[in-house]
Amino acid sequence: MVTLGDYLIVSGILFAIGFAGVMLRRNLIVILMSLELMLNASNLSLVAFSRFRVQPGGLPDYNAQVFVFFIITVAAAEVAVGLAILVALYRARQTTDVKDIMSLKF
Amino acid sequence: MSPLLFWTFSLLMLVFGVAVVINRNPVASALSLVVSFLGLAALFMSLDAYFIGIIQVLVYAGAVMVLFLFIIMLLDLRAEEGRQVSWLALTGGIAVALALLAQIFYVIHNLKSAHQTFPPLARSTFDDVRNVGLLLFGSYNLPFQIIGVLVLVATIGVVLLSKREPR
Repeated sequence: MVTLGDYLIVSGILFAIGFAGVMLRRNLIVILMSLELMLNASNLSLVAFSRFRVQPGGLPDYNAQVFVFFIITVAAAEVAVGLAILVALYRARQTTDVKDIMSLKF
Repeated sequence: MSPLLFWTFSLLMLVFGVAVVINRNPVASALSLVVSFLGLAALFMSLDAYFIGIIQVLVYAGAVMVLFLFIIMLLDLRAEEGRQVSWLALTGGIAVALALLAQIFYVIHNLKSAHQTFPPLARSTFDDVRNVGLLLFGSYNLPFQIIGVLVLVATIGVVLLSKREPR
């Protein structure tokens, strides 16, 4: 049978993949995609815990699912704003590579 | 859910998640992301969260993906030419990710409830849109309205950011 730990491990691996993407890639669009992967990994573990904590009525814990709903909304807003910043940056600098944006580097 | 289906969809999701990171072409990355999210939606449905699974397909595989592809088209990005890879940065990044993964594995291994299977549900959850909705408009009414304001602010911010500066 599939245990809770299996879902959590899959979610952890997905989070690590997204984290590696943020660390390794230099294209800002791919960095944003890796951020989405990390957010979705956290959603997966939340839904797994929601299904695991069956309430006395015999239903899953819906509080976690409402939380996931909020996370999805915030992530969608975040992508929209992030991509708008990306377009503004591309207009100013003609690049989406983080290696070309060094103003904050010490 | 049968273990076979679980591991099939998990492998699909993880393999295409890796493809997002290692593809040089942003369009290929975006399309791999769609497949990865569809696998994740299948996992949500395997956990009896039908509403979340459908929202996942609508919002991520639909809206967010169109947004990504649209921006890639707008900026006319091509595959990165083979810049010299800094091996120090590459090994460092992979090492940090692996350390994070090891910590997650350790925590999950020591979690007692991680070794238990899911308890059966007493009732079917095919009406879980209703259940989530009752909670959302009942106990979580104020956060729901705040999230509405957040989306409005994001919309205004996007319009403001993409407006061309008058020269």
